[in-house]
Amino acid sequence: MRKRAMGTAAHLAALSALAVAVTACGGGDKTAPSAAPTGSSSATAPAAQGGKLVIWADPNRVKALKPFAEQFGTENGVTVEVKEISKDNQQVFLTASQQGSGPDIMVGAHDWIGNLVQNGAIDPVNLTEEQKAAFPEIAMKAVTFNGQVYAAPYAVENIALIRNTDLAPDAPATIEDLVAKGKALKAAGKVKEVLCLPVAQKGDAFHVYPIFASGGGALFGTTSTGDPDPKKVLVGSADSVKAFDRLKELGEKGDGALKTSITNENYIATFAAKKCAFLISGPWAMGDVKKGGFPYDITAVPSFKGGKPATPFVGVQSFFVAAKGKNKTLAQEFVANYVTNKDVAKALYEADPRPPALTAALQEVQASDADAGKFMEAGKSGFPMPAIPEMAAIWEPFGIAEAAVVKGGDAAKSAAAAQKAIDSSLKN
Amino acid sequence: MAHDAHAAADTRRGPRPRREVTTAFVVSRVAVLAVAAALLLYAAPPLAADGSWVSLTLLCAASAGIAYLYLTRRFVPAKYLIPGTVCLLAFQVFPVLYTVSTAFTNFGDGHRGDKPAAVTAIETGSVRQAPGSPEYALTAAVRDGELVFLLVDPKTKQVQAGSGQGLAPVSGAQVGVTGKVLRAPGFTVLKAPEAAARGQEISKLAVPTRGGVIKANGLSRAVEGRAALVYDSSCDCVNGEGGPWAADETRGYFVNARGDHLAQGWQVNVGFGNFTRVVTDPTISGYFLGVFGWNLFFALASAGGTFVLGMAVALALHHPRMRGTKVYRIALILPYAMPSFAMLLVWRDMFNRDFGLINQLFGTNVDWLGQSGTARAAVILVNLWLGFPYMFLVTTGALQAIPRELTEAASIDGASPWYGFRKVTLPLLLVALTPLLISSFAFNFNNFNAIQLTSEGGPFPAESPQVGATDLLITYTFRLAFGAGGAQFGFAAAISVFIFALVAVISAVAFRRTRKQEEVYA
Repeated sequence: MRKRAMGTAAHLAALSALAVAVTACGGGDKTAPSAAPTGSSSATAPAAQGGKLVIWADPNRVKALKPFAEQFGTENGVTVEVKEISKDNQQVFLTASQQGSGPDIMVGAHDWIGNLVQNGAIDPVNLTEEQKAAFPEIAMKAVTFNGQVYAAPYAVENIALIRNTDLAPDAPATIEDLVAKGKALKAAGKVKEVLCLPVAQKGDAFHVYPIFASGGGALFGTTSTGDPDPKKVLVGSADSVKAFDRLKELGEKGDGALKTSITNENYIATFAAKKCAFLISGPWAMGDVKKGGFPYDITAVPSFKGGKPATPFVGVQSFFVAAKGKNKTLAQEFVANYVTNKDVAKALYEADPRPPALTAALQEVQASDADAGKFMEAGKSGFPMPAIPEMAAIWEPFGIAEAAVVKGGDAAKSAAAAQKAIDSSLKN
Repeated sequence: MAHDAHAAADTRRGPRPRREVTTAFVVSRVAVLAVAAALLLYAAPPLAADGSWVSLTLLCAASAGIAYLYLTRRFVPAKYLIPGTVCLLAFQVFPVLYTVSTAFTNFGDGHRGDKPAAVTAIETGSVRQAPGSPEYALTAAVRDGELVFLLVDPKTKQVQAGSGQGLAPVSGAQVGVTGKVLRAPGFTVLKAPEAAARGQEISKLAVPTRGGVIKANGLSRAVEGRAALVYDSSCDCVNGEGGPWAADETRGYFVNARGDHLAQGWQVNVGFGNFTRVVTDPTISGYFLGVFGWNLFFALASAGGTFVLGMAVALALHHPRMRGTKVYRIALILPYAMPSFAMLLVWRDMFNRDFGLINQLFGTNVDWLGQSGTARAAVILVNLWLGFPYMFLVTTGALQAIPRELTEAASIDGASPWYGFRKVTLPLLLVALTPLLISSFAFNFNNFNAIQLTSEGGPFPAESPQVGATDLLITYTFRLAFGAGGAQFGFAAAISVFIFALVAVISAVAFRRTRKQEEVYA
């Protein structure tokens, strides 16, 4: 009997959840504007005064944000809730926003912007000229989409070449130098791998991109404003084929610098275990690298001899103002005037050591942590990861083409097949 | 008729024996009713606030119905049937209907909301600061109960009052160092918490100017902006930059003459569009047979392989002379008891060519997940390892239900152990286990994790990067629907409907055959 009661309760819960879901969907179109104020006024009446500001962030950042959120809350007489979202943050945010249960402020990577904008999930953020000038140009460029600033940046990250200076004292000037040194160390039995760069069975466009770009390859053409142009996909172009050929030369049938057995799971650990002298990775690797207990240095990813610059992708962690938030004025206030605050930037850096976007904060951090500045320096020639929604169509076909040539496949065929796959998915 | 007969039978038997009222009975009743009431109390206010009277009525009717059902002594069968029926509706019928209805829309990234939401997003997203206009320092204030903006031009320090009617100069205002107005005659300046409390009003207030509108940007700044794109309902189009952009109700986008569309779209009904895409898209139909064939093989090999291995082990342990069966059983259950997510990832790393345990153990240099043949063998092997303990468990149970006399009789009659197994034990086992085998097949047919967490569908031939050697229909279509073009829920739903139909047909045929078998052996 008790068991049945519990079953019934579950059914009832499901039924009522259904009822609520149905009304939420049905009411969304016509009542949305009027529903928001009534809902929140009833919620705020018993609360202090100004209602509630809800911030969603990933687990690393929640702790760092809390003190500042509380300070903001007391200054403005509101309760600020910082909620932890641990997985699929972008999708969770989009779905919740759509239902009207999303946050007022979201923390995420700048390359979400295209998708968030096309779903009407975020509002532009208005920063003053002075505030904009406090960030490096690349950070502002990253958060600008269709000529609008959509987020306040707080951390800038890019990949660089990290080397074990015990094994390789000098920074290689070219990729050829790097490979020669790596092979010599391997032949001498000092290391197991020439280069620790994740490829895996499905390729890794993000990590290989600087080398691909140095070989002359490109993903997109550029529009008149200098943004990536989704109408001009260049993965299959003649220049890109040449770049894929360079990757093939570095691959398993060539120099053995790029291998599908090196994956995202093992590449940092292998470097930290001194099994390779060179690692291409970002600030997130430094925790493990330091545990390795050997001297290291961070420099830009070198380019091919006589090749184009090896430009890494630059990712910018940012704060977004949710378009469907209930407290947009406060959200704007927080994002525009609080996130651009040096102390907040430093606290976020201490919670998770990614170089702060704010130039003033970076300078202070650099004094105690040289790595941050070195990464920033290595990313100077980089460009923001394309934020256009079409980028989603690139990653996988590009990665598969990369893995294919690394295994010794034909560059022209792989590039053409990738281009075809990208074109057909962009058509839909 | 039947009811009457029942009533007549009752009267004949005299007063019906009262059912004993136990504590459990009361507690469970109270619990059911309390939950029903709690749900009503929880769901009613938001529904009422939302004005969703239909849903509210339905909710009340459902709650009342449940309350009545469990308070009355009548309708005993319904007391048992209703929970199951509600469960069936909520967890089976509704998701299926929802999936099917989604399949007829373009629901997905860029088409999540409705048209008014898209229009709002387009207009808000196109607001740019008017060139040359100042960044006003904003102070929210109240004049005669009405919210006004006190705007200070940072260069000229001139103070203006902005309201819904427009801008008007303010004289005698005192401006602080931060640029905020401290006090002004005729206005009550709002302190930060007071202003925050009126956040909704502040974000709504738009002060019209010649070039556009001044809107608050947070609590301390305001800028004059102009929307570059404005929706015009008379032509159902968006005017402005690059436009006019006419609404295209078949695609759910605003499109211009050049065929470009604005980023923000809305959800529309696309009819059978998603289904025809599944059938006609060469990247799907061209690979369908190959993927389907492997998928079938994978599901059969997984279900069959785990069954044969599990049964063999169970038979070995079932032997009367077997000692230490408990220890063996515990050891055999282990793979089943471990979280399969983690185990799949561990197996993936064990198959790594240079760093994996398998190559190191055997001294080989096989790129297990990098070649189609070995990758297929690897995923089946992993699935076998994960799945056989379950089969071992159920076979052990079924074996204990088969009387030993039957096999003993067979051996007395001179049957060899193999013959006895084949003619007596196996058929009796299959009667009990065939439904489980069919469900195991259906589960493995859609065993997304087993592929996605190990080989991710790979290896992918360089010539056709869309489909990998170990791709199941579900992993393959998952990539199509969620990989390249962002999330396309409508399309994914259409694919699910196809896969559902496939699995349903296969299972139906199999169950029909089972019934025949049961008729023979039961």
